[in-house]
Parts: sequence; C-alpha cells; structure tokens
Amino acid sequence: MNFWQFVVSHHAEIFSATLDHLLLVLVAMVIASAIAIPCGMFMVNCPALRGIALGIANIFQTIPSLALFGFLIPIPFIGGIGKRTAIVALVLYALLPILRNTYVGLTAIDPAVLEAAEAMGMTSTQILWRVRVPLSVAVILAGIRTATVITIGVATIAAAIGAGGLGSFIFRGVALVNNSLLLAGAIPAALLALLADFLLGRLERRLRVT
Amino acid sequence: MEASRKSGTVIEFSHVSYRLNDIAARVIVSNANLTVARGETLVLLGRSGSGKTTLLRLINRMLSPTSGEVLVEGRPTTQWDPIRLRRRIGYVIQDSGLFPHFSVAENVGLVPKLENWDSKRIAVRVNEMLALVALDPALYANRRPRELSGGQRQRVGVARALAADPPILVMDEPFGALDPVTRAELQGEFRALAKRLDKTIVFVTHDLREAILLASRIVLLQEGQIVATASPEEFLNLHHPEVQAFANSLGESSRASA
Repeated sequence: MNFWQFVVSHHAEIFSATLDHLLLVLVAMVIASAIAIPCGMFMVNCPALRGIALGIANIFQTIPSLALFGFLIPIPFIGGIGKRTAIVALVLYALLPILRNTYVGLTAIDPAVLEAAEAMGMTSTQILWRVRVPLSVAVILAGIRTATVITIGVATIAAAIGAGGLGSFIFRGVALVNNSLLLAGAIPAALLALLADFLLGRLERRLRVT
Repeated sequence: MEASRKSGTVIEFSHVSYRLNDIAARVIVSNANLTVARGETLVLLGRSGSGKTTLLRLINRMLSPTSGEVLVEGRPTTQWDPIRLRRRIGYVIQDSGLFPHFSVAENVGLVPKLENWDSKRIAVRVNEMLALVALDPALYANRRPRELSGGQRQRVGVARALAADPPILVMDEPFGALDPVTRAELQGEFRALAKRLDKTIVFVTHDLREAILLASRIVLLQEGQIVATASPEEFLNLHHPEVQAFANSLGESSRASA
C-alpha cells in the first residue's frame, strides 16, 4: 500500500489525530502564555527576578524532550500517562521563548520614549500598560510564534506517553518500519508548523509599531 | 514657602551634590547653588559631561541629590510626590521622545488625559497647542511621529510639554539634533514663545550662540561645578578660562560658516 492509498483509507483517523495534536498545542500555548507574559511584565519592574525566571525557563529548555516526558510520569497530580502530563511538558518547553521575548520586548524600548514617559509623570504601571506593552506586542507575539512552532514538533513525542496526536502515527511507523504510517504523522505536523508560522508571522507584522 | 513666593524663586539648588552610586563614587555635580526666578529662561551651558543634564534631572526628581536640597516652589523635591512634581514640569528632550504608537494629538493630549481632563477640553487644548507651535491641527493632529520631520517632532515635543500648562519647563538640548536652518527657525520661534508664555524655563545646551539668544541668564558648568553666572550681554566679558574657551568656539564656528 503506498502513501496516498494509506491517506485516503485512513483520512478520518489522520484528521482526528491532527485535531488532537492542534488541541494539545493550543492548550499548552494558552497556559504557557498566561504564565510567561505576566512573568515577563513582572520582571520589568523587578529586575532581581529576571535572572531567576530566565534561568529556570532555560533549564527546562535544556532537558531533552523525551526525557522530560519521562521525568513527569512518576510525579503526582501533574504526572502519569496521557494528555495532562504532555501538556505540562509542552508548557515547560514553551515558557522560555515567550518569557524571553516578553522581557526583551518590554525593555528594548527607545530610552528617549521611556524618559519622556517618566518625566511627564506617568507611574510605572501606566508606563507598562500604555507604553511598554503596546510597543512590544509584536516582539511578544514573535516569542509565541517561535514557541508554537517548537511545540508542534515536540508534541509529536508526547505520543510516547499516550497523549495521542500525530506522534502516534510516527511511533507506530517507526515500530513497524512503515513509511506510510510515519509520513501520515510527519507531514501534517510539518504543515501545521508551517501554517502556524505563516499566520502568526502575518499577525506580527500587522501589529508592529514603526 | 511664602517667602520664596514673594521673592519669586521657583527653583532653588542649595548645596546640591550628586555622586554616582558606583565604586568610584564619581562626582557629577558638586555643591551647586542656584536660584531660578519666576518667568526667567535660565540656560545651563557646558561641555558634554559637565553635569548640566544631571542638574536638569534633579529638578523633576528623575534623580535625587546625594547631599543638599533642590527646592521646587519652596519644597524639597524629595518631599514632593514625584508624579505630582513632574506633572507641574514640562519636559522636552533632544530626541523628542514622542510615543510612536500615538498620533500627534494623542501625544500632545497625554498629560491632560493623565490629569483626567474631559475629552472635549483635551481636543480644544491639543488644537491650541499645535497652533502655538505653528503646526496646522487639521494637517498634523492625526499623523504618527514617524510621518514628521525632525523639526516638526520637536515642535510636537514642545506642544506636549506645554499641554497641561505647567508653570515650569525644562528642556534638554531640544534643538540639538536639528539641521542648522531648522534649528535657527525653532530657536527664533521659541524665543518669541518664551517671552509670551511667562513660564519658568531651564534650558540645557552646549551651544553658546543658542545660550546667548535664548537666555535671560546663563549659568556655565564645568566638571560638575557652576563656574560662572551672567546675563547674555555680560557673559562674553567674563574672564573665566572656560568662558574664553566657549567664546573661542563661537569665533571658530562663525569663521567656518563665513
């Protein structure tokens, strides 16, 4: 059976795996953003936190993904087999790019603009929300974009701990030495990553303030 | 406070020193004593690194003195709420510092908005301010800063600083980055504006020609110390070597442009 015949006969299965995959990524991205963006904002007015937060996020990033999934399995509440554990791991992976871009975006603002804002009697909260945030939306989004593309790839490995998604085709394909199975997982994952990159890139360009 | 009102002193530096909080504890300003009277345009003149910008930033408490006191309207800056203090002091800098994500009108209307003026009053005020700096509101109000020339940006910067009608205006080389023609235009207009507005103005520059043109009084700084104070008419007659150095630069630049 060649690849196309496989796709035609298994299209429903591939489609639902793609949706599963997308859902994993989406949930992970929402949670990661909800943690990393406020953290990054907090770091701006509290520089002592900066090294600690970036350091922790950095450590997660250095753990090989398969190992991270493995480490999480025995941990109570967040661990075990299945989607929940996978999402925790994906969130940990996505934190660094979002956190770093949020911090960089919020701090790499024309010093003259920040000086003027301070000298006009804006409070640091007003400066954050009315100056820093609007001027760094595009950079923050670039972080989310990087994180999304990475997460779509890493999420294929989540199948190893029973989280489903497109990785299940890939693992079965590797185990059975079946290229059709392998490609049925790999190609949609690659397309998803390209599509996410393209769409978020367009949004980013529209939000950029020149 | 009453006494200073009567004498017309708006800003007073009393034995002010400012040291950096680094290992060398470098002295940026040492023992500065200075009063700025209501309605005068005081120009702080000095080379780069002479401490003139630091003096300026001590006025609106962007910096606090290491020792001594800066009094604004009779009260030490350290006892002012910095936000309230800064809202009473218009601030113009060399790179304009306009907010790139705001229109010209939003930039000018920012402090009134922070002061919770109603939007109708802000709109009226913005138009007044733009007209004051010779920008047609119909043409410029909705533009973004990047759609303006350098000179126009500085005009908007001045309009923004004046919008909430602060009694004090501090300006840090506001015309320093402009081409000579535009600079001369803005200097001329600003001179007329300053006469009309009755603001207390502290103006920083390293350009003696600009100082003489705009100042009611020139204060010369050298390595963090005030070395001379004089009216623009008397200034060039002073015998201090730093005055002579500046006077020579004036001669050279006029020869170069001749």
